[in-house]
Amino acid sequence: MTPALRRRVFLAAAAVAGGLLLWGLTGLPDYGVYAGPYGDVLNAVAVGERKATNVVAAVTFDYRGVDTMGEEYILFAAVVGVAIVLRAQREETEQAPDEDAADRRAPGTSNAVRVLGLALLGPVVLFGIYVVAHGHLSPGGGFQGGVVLATGALLVYLSGEYVTLRRVRPVGLIDLSEGSGAAGYVAVGLLGLAAGATFLENVLPLGQPGALLSAGTIPLINLTVGLEVAGGFVLLLSEFLEQTLVVRRPGEVT
Amino acid sequence: MIHLPYLVAAWLFLVGLYGIVTSRNLVHAVTCLSVVQSSTYILLLAVGFERGGTAPIFLDVPVGTKAVDPVVGALTLTDIVVGATVSALLLALAVQIYKHHGTLDPERFRSRED
Repeated sequence: MTPALRRRVFLAAAAVAGGLLLWGLTGLPDYGVYAGPYGDVLNAVAVGERKATNVVAAVTFDYRGVDTMGEEYILFAAVVGVAIVLRAQREETEQAPDEDAADRRAPGTSNAVRVLGLALLGPVVLFGIYVVAHGHLSPGGGFQGGVVLATGALLVYLSGEYVTLRRVRPVGLIDLSEGSGAAGYVAVGLLGLAAGATFLENVLPLGQPGALLSAGTIPLINLTVGLEVAGGFVLLLSEFLEQTLVVRRPGEVT
Repeated sequence: MIHLPYLVAAWLFLVGLYGIVTSRNLVHAVTCLSVVQSSTYILLLAVGFERGGTAPIFLDVPVGTKAVDPVVGALTLTDIVVGATVSALLLALAVQIYKHHGTLDPERFRSRED
């Protein structure tokens, strides 16, 4: 099928699909008028029932906890998939990226970038921990905080070179973080079974709304998700950066 | 009354699909897939929005304050992180395709196999 023909087939199909979409959208409630009961019910009862002031977190990690576990394993599977797809092939050798053009020297990192990157590293890691730890109270949580934590590794890369990152990147620790994050979620779920309740039921003492130690299992699950997401994103980052070192088969000119 | 957010969601969905269908570069196609995905975020959040509602976080405001639907917010937040890792997986496949075929253009490596 030629590109032009494919475009024409798509445009015809998109006109039909777009018409159906618009027809379906007219059946939705008017924008700004909330029709469903679930949101209002949760907003009314969640703080009293779960002592979590962030109702989104209460939904994600408690009322919809089993679904979120599934989503976390999609993330886990995708990260493992990247590691497998990008693993070093047998015929590939490792070489520095600028060996191709010996006459060109890559400019070194400027001192301003080095200083700023290293100065930001501490605050970024602290902020990531804060966002993970306060997920049940204020906007944030394991998913958001984990990504902020992984940014720390990116700062090390920016302010040094990839080779430096590889030296300071504790591979074992990252794997441990990702693995224990994934396993920890299930362990918190089993806690419910051990206490004689159902899987992932919030069996820990709930405390007072607004306190750091409150909302039972929600901050614990936030922590496991934070470990998982931070480990996963650092792993993704280093797998892609590794590609700048391992690129060609020997003898192949690109 | 105003359906603009719904129209934006429908537009992003269709324009992203158009990008995937006509793409000549796999990295571009992966980005188009994220555009399609972002239409679902807008649709979900628009359905849960209530005029005058605040964020469903009752730390500074008392319970009972008008707030938007927390369920769609929870769906969207997990979706964004999972979407980012799935994009990473697709980009990793693009890297390997480039290594084996020397091109990222779907037309060209398709014709090479014939």
